[in-house]
Amino acid sequence: MEGMGLLSWMAWTWQTAGFFVFVFVCLCAMSAWECFGPGGAPRRGVLGLDTTRGDRLFISLLGSAFIFLAWLGFMGTPLWGGLAIAILYAAAVFRWV
Amino acid sequence: MNKTLNQKAWFFVLPVVALVAFNAVIPLMTVVNFSVQETFGDNVFFWAGVRWFEEVLRSERFHAALLRQLLYTGIILAIEIPLGLAIALAMPRRGPWVSVCLVFMALPLLIPWNVVGSMWNILALPDIGLLGRSLNAIGLEYNYTRQPFAAWFTMVLMDVWHWTSLVVLLCYAGLRSIPDAFYQAAKVDGARAWAVFRYIQLPKLRYVLTIAILLRLMDSFMIYTEVIVLTGGGPGNATTFLSIDLQKIALGQFDLGPAGAMSIIYFLIILFLSWMFYTLMMRNEDRS
Repeated sequence: MEGMGLLSWMAWTWQTAGFFVFVFVCLCAMSAWECFGPGGAPRRGVLGLDTTRGDRLFISLLGSAFIFLAWLGFMGTPLWGGLAIAILYAAAVFRWV
Repeated sequence: MNKTLNQKAWFFVLPVVALVAFNAVIPLMTVVNFSVQETFGDNVFFWAGVRWFEEVLRSERFHAALLRQLLYTGIILAIEIPLGLAIALAMPRRGPWVSVCLVFMALPLLIPWNVVGSMWNILALPDIGLLGRSLNAIGLEYNYTRQPFAAWFTMVLMDVWHWTSLVVLLCYAGLRSIPDAFYQAAKVDGARAWAVFRYIQLPKLRYVLTIAILLRLMDSFMIYTEVIVLTGGGPGNATTFLSIDLQKIALGQFDLGPAGAMSIIYFLIILFLSWMFYTLMMRNEDRS
């Protein structure tokens, strides 16, 4: 991604740009969800934590990061297994936490 | 009554969002970009994938630095939080001594970190320092430049001296905000000092203690200046914490890729610990 002038010092790659676009899209989707269903759907889940949708997204993203790190540390590449676990984990967090 | 939904207040948050974007989000994005690439300088980068993450996660050097960091943070939290709380409880609530105590307590916080490191460096020198020479004079073999235990002892002592005041000031502010009516009710019930502490002061201080623990947790994880001035990470690697190790990799060796990967892991650990502490303490608050 050379030739981007001011942004070249940031050493962008399409993969990292894709990751940040994904996070940004998640935040936009959460904002849209909040517009259609205000209040954040608070509840007390299986861990005994009071969470809103935003909290659940945060827990999903943070937990997924650690799942990927654990997968890398113990299993190495490729990361498909870690990705599958992270998706299941995020779904579980949104369903039960 | 229907609530009016007014989202205009969000515009007032925009300056903060812009500020945070420039001083936190953009540098963090850059670190993420560095962490998946290799560079030999001249702003030329080569894709490396998750290789640096794998390398860092399997590196014994990183494991050792992380273990030292966790141990250090655990020790200083275990000392500073109870000690700060005890000092705050012992401080006068009214009268002329309040100002004197507050000024004395605030003094260590006003001293720049590199000066604190230099002060303790001189104080603890085994041949000319007051602390070092005194310890040797009473028969204790103390040399923080050669003995890992002595280096840790000096580091912990320096941190406690520097940062307990912050806990004291936070706890003192929390104690002052408890209305007198609580103490009067306790007196009417004949409550002893321990009962007043356990059932009035401690629950009322929960938010303040959460802040104190979070601040000290994050600060101790970021400790750099004092260590580099006092021990430089030594003797050997005895006081090489994550920040020191990161600095050695990023600036000493100019390995931006591994340093980026390590920074992200470091950031995630701090984020997780802070979130966990906050959530646990807020959950207890809700229950009480």
